[in-house]
Amino acid sequence: MRLSLMLAGFLCATAAQAQDKPVLTVLTYDSFVTEWGPAPIIEEVFERDCGCDLRFVAAGDGAALMARLLLEGDKTDADVVLGLDTSLTAQAAATGLFAPHGLAPAPDLPMAYDDALFTPYDWGWFAFVYDTTRLATPPKDFIELGASDVKIVIQDPRSSTPGLGLLLWVKAAYGDRAGEVWAALADNIVTVTPGWSEAYGLFLEGEADMVLSYSTSPAYHVIAEADVTKEAAPFGEGHYLQIEVAGRLAASDQPELADRFMAFIHSPAFQGTIPETNWMYPATTSPAGLPLAFEWLIWPEKSLLMSPQEAQAARGPALAEWRAALAR
Amino acid sequence: MLPARLATLAVLALVLGTLAAVAWQAGGLGALQAADLAAARFTVVQALISATLSVALAVPVARALHRRRFPGRGALVSLMGAPFILPAVVAVMGLLAVFGRAGVVNDALAALGQPRISIYGAGGVVLAHVFFNLPLATRLLLHGWQAIPSERMRLAQSLGFSPKATLRHLELPMLRATLPGAWLAIFLVCLASFAVALTLGGGPAATTIELAIYQAFRFDFDLARAASLGLLQVALCVAAFAVSARIALPQGFGAGLDRRAVLAPPLGWVLRVQDGVVMGLAAAFLIVPMAAVLLRGLPALSGLPVSVWAAAGRSLVVALAATALTLLLALPLALAAARQRRFEWAGTLPLVASPLVLGTGLFLLLRGFAAPATLALPVTVAVNAALALPFALRTLLPAARTLQADYDRLAASLGLSGFARLRLLTLPRLARPLGFAAGLSAALSMGDLGVIALFADPTQATLPLQLYALMGAYRMADAAAAASLLMVLSFALFWAFDRLGSHADA
Repeated sequence: MRLSLMLAGFLCATAAQAQDKPVLTVLTYDSFVTEWGPAPIIEEVFERDCGCDLRFVAAGDGAALMARLLLEGDKTDADVVLGLDTSLTAQAAATGLFAPHGLAPAPDLPMAYDDALFTPYDWGWFAFVYDTTRLATPPKDFIELGASDVKIVIQDPRSSTPGLGLLLWVKAAYGDRAGEVWAALADNIVTVTPGWSEAYGLFLEGEADMVLSYSTSPAYHVIAEADVTKEAAPFGEGHYLQIEVAGRLAASDQPELADRFMAFIHSPAFQGTIPETNWMYPATTSPAGLPLAFEWLIWPEKSLLMSPQEAQAARGPALAEWRAALAR
Repeated sequence: MLPARLATLAVLALVLGTLAAVAWQAGGLGALQAADLAAARFTVVQALISATLSVALAVPVARALHRRRFPGRGALVSLMGAPFILPAVVAVMGLLAVFGRAGVVNDALAALGQPRISIYGAGGVVLAHVFFNLPLATRLLLHGWQAIPSERMRLAQSLGFSPKATLRHLELPMLRATLPGAWLAIFLVCLASFAVALTLGGGPAATTIELAIYQAFRFDFDLARAASLGLLQVALCVAAFAVSARIALPQGFGAGLDRRAVLAPPLGWVLRVQDGVVMGLAAAFLIVPMAAVLLRGLPALSGLPVSVWAAAGRSLVVALAATALTLLLALPLALAAARQRRFEWAGTLPLVASPLVLGTGLFLLLRGFAAPATLALPVTVAVNAALALPFALRTLLPAARTLQADYDRLAASLGLSGFARLRLLTLPRLARPLGFAAGLSAALSMGDLGVIALFADPTQATLPLQLYALMGAYRMADAAAAASLLMVLSFALFWAFDRLGSHADA
């Protein structure tokens, strides 16, 4: 009884607010909307002069976001989806739910990226992060890593976005030889975790010498903890890119607000929050530049990235290779 | 019988209804892949080993705890129950602090010049499952021992039974009645294991069905295959249930007068030392990893952001609401199941319901009515209650059966029925297991059994979700503090209900 009253209360409150101002709903991943993520600042700035109520709805991580979109189809309340990456955009485009954004390509990506449906808001390189006090000379590429006795912890590509990124990284770098590379890596892998958090936690606890994360991870330790012992190991094959994108839904009931938000993504106010809340590189660097700690990070000479179609086609076979090499 | 029928309907609707909703959305069931069958094989084998080992180890531990009295025994019994209620991610961290590559065991081995051992692999999965489930098995068996009427024990004493004779005539029949149920519950818990198996399994060789479901949903977005896998899990549950039902036999001790048991522990220093060693080892195995979690987290506790405390408050409310709901379902089911086995089936089913299938099915069923985020907390309460139900039922059932066998005719001849029967007979006689069941449910839903990502709303997160949010934001020290807070709160709830039950019993 009390529950249904509470529910009714919730619904009334929602309805009442909706009458006041138009609501713009942005579907995104969990870590974007927490108090440590970019959403609180972005919401405050955008609401200052949009005359609207900007609402973030969170749905797990990037892959869960995709699943949510596929479940809801054209019945979704979302106006904008923010947080897919290029390994998911082919699938997202195939739903036919997205409308062209009409924005110019973002200027500050390490390689050209132009997609009529999705605009990038941040990006980063996958990289193995290590502790300089525990590992003096990290391996220089996957081959050296496979031959060494350095212990790594990685994420499962079936349940984690970075895990899938690593799968595509090895595939993009080694093509048909990816299976051999995985076989050589098998004895280096301490364990495979369901998500990024568990892996990173294990690494910090000293369970492994290196962890699959982002080249920007060390910046967190410098800025938030004044800890300069974490570094990303530059790999000779080049580093696989993760480009995170936003798209606007064709069926949005607030098309103008949605377009306005899509353009706002590239404003200094939005982009300026990215480095120290999402710990990624902004797609359009704000005039203030990057935090100092970002200047100290590795800057790989070569970026690897499969096109959305290639990534979509490669992940099934690459997963089978990965499983065969590791499931001994 | 009506409340039991309603409870059955509610459970069936939740478990099978959500499965049907997913299959409906997919337009049918999908074919399983070769890898899914390999996952099914690994899942069953590790669950068999884990469950068998857990109950086998629990027998000497519960026996020693039952027949010895020493200062702090009550606290030890409570503390040893704690691992079962830990959220998986916290328990894994604790185990790794002890058995991991950088854990105390390996440091000690290295100091002694011995090679390091690795916890990762099938062995680690079993170790973690025994860590989780040994406490549950021990408590269920301890209840079994306590339920042997003291008159039978006295008779055994006056007849000069040796420990061996006591074992044969009193303890083995009790074990035959209690063990299969305990084994079944643990087997099913291990069947649905996901995070533990994945983190400690060391790689794709340790793929469980639950991970295959995860993959079907998120990697392939193949709802049809996910539904098939969900169905496979339910089928395994039914099969395991049928096996354990065949093995379990009623003990038939008859009613006692509830006199306080006069303890006459077997004398002789060999048995004493043996009991001491058994209890000491079990206590160390279970308590040291938890202490490791606490030690790491407590220093950062005072610096936790306000949002974590708010989340803790929300979790407490969810836990209490879920506990009430669980007992409302479990008590009528247990009483009905004491007469008719089919009610036990219904109450056991949620154990193998995949949280992911459950969450997705509910999402599909409810999204027409309200925005998912507004339903986050009510859905969490409902799902936590359903997932805690099998444990509550397992705890209540042996006592409910004894109650039925020993007092049903007396109650009928006195014309005792309805609320009078509940107040005068049922509740007092079931107080101890009821308290334990309530404690278990409360603590389990503190730890959020199902992660319902589709409903999750970080602005009204529960403590486990907030724990993940902290980890996701690199804040591992805060996450460790949140983990110890979660552990303390879960344990406090568990302890309070458990105490309530055993005091009412006196």
